[in-house]
Amino acid sequence: MLVLLVRRCSSALVLAAVAASLGYLLAGAGLDPRARLESARPRPPQAAIEAELTALNLNDRTPLHTRYLTWASGAVRGDFGRTLRGAPVSGELPRRLRTSLFLLLPGTVLGAVLGVLLGAFSALHPGTDKALTMLSHVLLATPVFVLAVLLQLGAQHVNAATGTHLFQWTGDGTGLASRLQHLVLPTVTVALVQAALYSRYQRSLMRELVEAEHVKAARARGLGLHRAFFKHGLRVALVPTATFFAYDLGLLLLGAAFIEQAYGRHGMGAWLLDSLREADPHPVAACIALAALLVPAATVLAGIAHRVLVPGSRA
Amino acid sequence: MMGLAHPLRRRARHFRGFGRLRPREGGPARRAARDRAAVCGAVLLAALLLLALSGAAGRDWRALDLTALREPPSARHWFGTTGTGRDMFALSLRGMRRSLAVGLAAGLLATAIAAVAGAFAGLVGGLADRLLMGAADLLLVLPGVLLVAVLAPEGASWGTVVLLLAAFLWPLTARAVRAQARALAEREFVLAALYLGASRRRVVLRHLLPNLTGLLVADATVNVGLAVVGESGLAFLGFGVRPPDVSLGTLIADGTSAATVHPWLFVPPAVLLTLIVLAVNLLGDGLHRVLDRDP
Repeated sequence: MLVLLVRRCSSALVLAAVAASLGYLLAGAGLDPRARLESARPRPPQAAIEAELTALNLNDRTPLHTRYLTWASGAVRGDFGRTLRGAPVSGELPRRLRTSLFLLLPGTVLGAVLGVLLGAFSALHPGTDKALTMLSHVLLATPVFVLAVLLQLGAQHVNAATGTHLFQWTGDGTGLASRLQHLVLPTVTVALVQAALYSRYQRSLMRELVEAEHVKAARARGLGLHRAFFKHGLRVALVPTATFFAYDLGLLLLGAAFIEQAYGRHGMGAWLLDSLREADPHPVAACIALAALLVPAATVLAGIAHRVLVPGSRA
Repeated sequence: MMGLAHPLRRRARHFRGFGRLRPREGGPARRAARDRAAVCGAVLLAALLLLALSGAAGRDWRALDLTALREPPSARHWFGTTGTGRDMFALSLRGMRRSLAVGLAAGLLATAIAAVAGAFAGLVGGLADRLLMGAADLLLVLPGVLLVAVLAPEGASWGTVVLLLAAFLWPLTARAVRAQARALAEREFVLAALYLGASRRRVVLRHLLPNLTGLLVADATVNVGLAVVGESGLAFLGFGVRPPDVSLGTLIADGTSAATVHPWLFVPPAVLLTLIVLAVNLLGDGLHRVLDRDP
């Protein structure tokens, strides 16, 4: 078990390292911080620009591989260099990550749980199944940035109809209650997409369970349909879902940009986009390195989940 | 959420195929005609195509009506007008044609790359297989926005967008193709062809690809949907095509900020985009049910 996990994890780590390096090299080769500094008004003297670029390890007169080695030797120790304004990337990173996680994690977990329950339920009740399938089809066809704005339109109608400020979504809010209030709409957005995804997935897994031997055996022993399904069937059907969920978490940050853009938050996704626009390579590389590192983390998580759900398994 | 949802959704679908037993009578076309979801998708898609191609006749999407600035929908301007007096109906249809064209080109290109890469990886195995699949994994981790920003910082041309979308879509299909090619490679008729002295190239082109057609047709459909969403996603993040040209994505991006005040700037392109994706997904799912069986 442990050996297998380590082996799987190490190949994922290699992938993460390659992805992070590729991210740095692309950002380093493609973005042009020199032009950014030179376009400042009043234009600083050439020597000052050179000194600044060299100090930041961004000078394009230095060969890319030398810059890469300097960056990589820092990155493995958790130092991702400095932004163009001179602030350390590692100082900003936790703050950005926290914003993203608060924005996305509750919705992801809620949506997964809801989706699994709905999927399992609809597999047993053909009446609700049709309606749920339709709904999930429509939800999955709606891009998340469209869904976010549609929810905002709906929330605005509710606010206008009730004459209150029940829903708030722009900015972070101040104080705990207001902060939570501001998180409602983003959480609902993420949860809806996730629930649609998971309900379809779980439904298909449960449909196959109707034929499974152990569920038939449980039914033959006199267990009711729901008991047989939820006590004996769901546990097994949760194994692929748990793996799916772990990878879903791993890819979470890649999707953050859309939710953050739609709700005007400043998390990882917004940071990546802003840094790309400002031609600032170090934050870009840090974002990609973090996103890449989440994949081996997901591998470990999936292994643990599998272990918990199927005691005695070797994978 | 896009980068996250789509690769996983793909995996979900492949699980669904297990253990499903249905009568197989009738050819693929006849079975597809019986699949209600696929028929709904096809009809919806045909209607949208018709609308895109014919609906804007007589209206110029570049025309400015200075007597109607940012006006709500009316008899003269069915979807209202923008702040510069452009007709939203004509703009939306123009965007739809653009999005469909990009989606079709990128989806088909991605499927073609995936077919060749996946079939060779599955058949040759060894180092080539590991390299190709490693590249596929890598592309799933790297955010697509990065490549666009690096390659086209000032806004991309249509050709660049198509190439980039194809580059990010092929790994998903390539994995499925590889798995099926590996299964096929052990079948008797492929072995027979190899023992008869047929070249690898010939085996792939004449024996493997024809047997992968079902999977490829279904996947191409899904890829077109993903490409349409991907294009509008890039545009929404501000890395779309250069103005003054429009796509559904750029229209949505422009309409988003004013959506609560002037909803007609946002709703038409958003609804059209959702309908396109819905139609393509329904058709793709149905085709998968009908065509993508174990060979």
